[in-house]
Amino acid sequence: MDLLSSRDLFIHINNFGYLMSVNVSMESSFQNNPNLTERNYLGLSDCSSVDSSNVPSISEVNKNSLNLKATELRLGLPGSQSPERDPESTLTSAEKLGEKPLFPLLPSIDGICSSSPKMVASGHKRIFTDVMDSCSQVKGLPEGNWLFSGSGSESDPSKSVAQGKLSSNSNVNGMMCSGDPPANGTTTNLSKVNTSNPPAAKAQVVGWPPVRSFRKNILATNSKNNGEVDGKPSSGALFVKVSMDGAPYLRKVDLRGYSTYQQLSSALEKMFTCFTIGPCGSQGGTGRENLSESKLRDLLHGSGYVLTYEDKDGDWMLVGDVPWDMFIGSCKRLKIMKGSDAIGLAPRATEKSKNRS
Amino acid sequence: MDPNPNPKKPKAIKSCPFPDEVLERVLSLIDSHHDRSSVSLVCKNWYNAERWTRRHVFIGNCYSVSPQIVAARFPRIRSVTLKGKPRFSDFNLVPEDWGADVQSWLTVFSTVYPFLEELRLKRMVVTDQSLEFLALNFCGFKALSLLSCDGFSTDGLKAIATHCKNLRELDIQENGIDDLGGHWLSCFPESLTSLEILNFASLNSEVSFDALEKLVSRCKSLRVLKVNRNISLDQLQKLLLRCPQLTELGTGSFMQELISGPVTELKNMFSNCKNLVTLSGLWDATPLYLPVVYPACDSLTFLNLSYATLRSIELANLLSHCKNLRRLWLIDTVGDKGLEAVGSCCPLLEELRVFPADPFDQEIFLGVTESGFMSVSRGCPKLRYVLYFCRQMTNAAVATIARNCPDFTHFRLCIMNPGQPDYLTKEPMDEAFGAIVKTCTKLQRLAISGLLTDRTFEYIGKYAKNLETLSVAFAGSSDLGMEYVLKGCPKLRKLEIRDCPFGNAALLSGLTKYESMRSLWMSACNVTMDACRVLAKERPRLNVEVMRDEDGSDDSQAHKVYVYRTVVGPRKDAPPFVLTL
Repeated sequence: MDLLSSRDLFIHINNFGYLMSVNVSMESSFQNNPNLTERNYLGLSDCSSVDSSNVPSISEVNKNSLNLKATELRLGLPGSQSPERDPESTLTSAEKLGEKPLFPLLPSIDGICSSSPKMVASGHKRIFTDVMDSCSQVKGLPEGNWLFSGSGSESDPSKSVAQGKLSSNSNVNGMMCSGDPPANGTTTNLSKVNTSNPPAAKAQVVGWPPVRSFRKNILATNSKNNGEVDGKPSSGALFVKVSMDGAPYLRKVDLRGYSTYQQLSSALEKMFTCFTIGPCGSQGGTGRENLSESKLRDLLHGSGYVLTYEDKDGDWMLVGDVPWDMFIGSCKRLKIMKGSDAIGLAPRATEKSKNRS
Repeated sequence: MDPNPNPKKPKAIKSCPFPDEVLERVLSLIDSHHDRSSVSLVCKNWYNAERWTRRHVFIGNCYSVSPQIVAARFPRIRSVTLKGKPRFSDFNLVPEDWGADVQSWLTVFSTVYPFLEELRLKRMVVTDQSLEFLALNFCGFKALSLLSCDGFSTDGLKAIATHCKNLRELDIQENGIDDLGGHWLSCFPESLTSLEILNFASLNSEVSFDALEKLVSRCKSLRVLKVNRNISLDQLQKLLLRCPQLTELGTGSFMQELISGPVTELKNMFSNCKNLVTLSGLWDATPLYLPVVYPACDSLTFLNLSYATLRSIELANLLSHCKNLRRLWLIDTVGDKGLEAVGSCCPLLEELRVFPADPFDQEIFLGVTESGFMSVSRGCPKLRYVLYFCRQMTNAAVATIARNCPDFTHFRLCIMNPGQPDYLTKEPMDEAFGAIVKTCTKLQRLAISGLLTDRTFEYIGKYAKNLETLSVAFAGSSDLGMEYVLKGCPKLRKLEIRDCPFGNAALLSGLTKYESMRSLWMSACNVTMDACRVLAKERPRLNVEVMRDEDGSDDSQAHKVYVYRTVVGPRKDAPPFVLTL
């Protein structure tokens, strides 16, 4: 369903009249790959472990969905190449499809995972499929070939429009990435999780952890007493759920335990290391912890994970736009989204704060 | 006496060099019951001298001996410590009505020890009737301490308060008490001035502050006062005015909308308490009022913050004043940063307990990890007692901690997710506990957790030669694990195991060992009734008790096994679900 709506969007943005072919190509590619919707880039679907890296499964996805990549939307600078225009770019995927790809995808391959700053600096917005592509076997694609079909005559205007509306683009990728993120509160999808990382839905073991009953509700009773006194900063803990796309279970953090976004961000990095690093973290070496965390940071920045939150109005905003205290006051829950999913959020956040002030 | 020709040669020791009275006088100075046990084994004279001079008897398992036997051996007891249920009853693993009722003891004592002064009970069932019986039949009764007991209500406390004219100590901790109201405190008569220790911190209902204030005023020797959460800051201030001589204080709630006087007055109260060594309570403590305790912090040796959900900054500020701390109890809301503060502020620290704020919420990723523990170990090399609840740990971290603190006597690590491996290497946590037992040769108590194979137990059996208490859960791969421990730990006294794959071979490998131990607990393991029967048959001086499951599904499996040595045979008060084989 999401795929459809984003398709409609492409039609909207795209002035090239590729409407029908877009529909056709996307639909057929979608049909050719019915298993796309179940893809889970964090490797949870078959290997059953959050420890498994996203890398193998991503390349797996790649091999199967190359034909869909042809129809993916990418952000690109005006004047960037499209396969129609540049016969030199090898679009093996497009050729395989045997169709004219509307949105040729030519992301750079090498070093994508760690070259994020460069990509960001060049104005490209990294979306999740880049990671996937970088790990794929697709060769011969020139670096930085972010293509956008409207790049010919529609330079900046289309770009900004596209960027502004790309939240729905995220749905394309979101669809590919196992649809509605299962981490949103339920873990029923993720039945095949490794026993060493039990799903949150696991039944509680009697008498474990070995905590005496009078200690069990300290937190609850304390925060009840500290309460949410209006206007006064209560010192009680402020727990919000943190979910991450593809992670098998939620975490909770106490927002009052941090005083800056940086602290929160590093804490979350630590927290979700185990979900995204996998084998990278188990490599030998003395700086093991550092290795995982820096790799995670790279991955997070590189793969375009962004931190978003749901505010009191139920809107999803990018974290970092508002002063910390305001953020604490309005944040109801956090979500680590793929950048592609979150692309449209930034303008909304600033709009919203404009509306408020 | 023969003259000693050679002054350098020691005199030959006669079998009875001095009269019994002298021996008794000397032995009466010995308090430790371990020493007294040793003394009683020397010879018959010493055995007798010891039994006549013993004032305090410690009974670690109320079913290992009968009150009649105790009374027959020790005629002059004034103080009794009794422990009842197995420790896992604290975590709801023992059904109600299991036993350990104190009444049978009190009945005997009332005739044999009418001058009994002190009774300390742990994990016993105590009814209101028993408390009333106690209050009425022991006229000189002075000290009652109830820890983790159940079966009584505040009405029983009323009886104690009303009738014990010489009460010196009333210490009610962490019990399954039926709290019917705070009127019991008002039952202390005006004539009662002897109170030295009063701890009602764990009771929920409000007491009459007026009665409390008056009580505190007239008991000039009061040195330990631990009030409950209902006592406000204002009220605390008034109390402190009356008893600045306190050595141990448990405050009430440390949060108040508006206190009546200036904060400096409250702070002054604390600076007046020059003898304070222990501070606890501090419910709802906030940065607003916590600083009032700073003046008293320098002399503190024990700070119990396990009811105060402090954050790292608040803790750091507080600890910067507590340089002499020996014991510290915390909640994990302080996080690793808070533990860094512990490491840097408290170099004399010997005991650290970190409790989980929200142990049953698996989604929470709260502060303490291996890094906090390491910070403490770096700054506090004198650590000997640790209880640490965390959600992640690594082998490398524990090895570092062991190196930093080789003097551990009690190491209790609880990785809250059962069977969780080293979160970085994904390996079992065997090497962590291996490092502990290898490095910490004085280790007496060990509680293990995380993903563990038989290798952990191999290490324990090989290296933990001073180990007395071992707690195991969700660990091990085969019978070998338990066998290693039973064969290798000569001083083992208490072994409690739950949810491990240890079976009959493991159970029976300890056949000759259990009589040298206080008790063995095995639940949710692979032990069958047959094996239990074999054990019971081979060892008549053990009670082998099997608790049946409610659903009574699998009758051949022994779901909960409790084995203990005893000189009185199977107990007569066993409920229907307990089968003594």
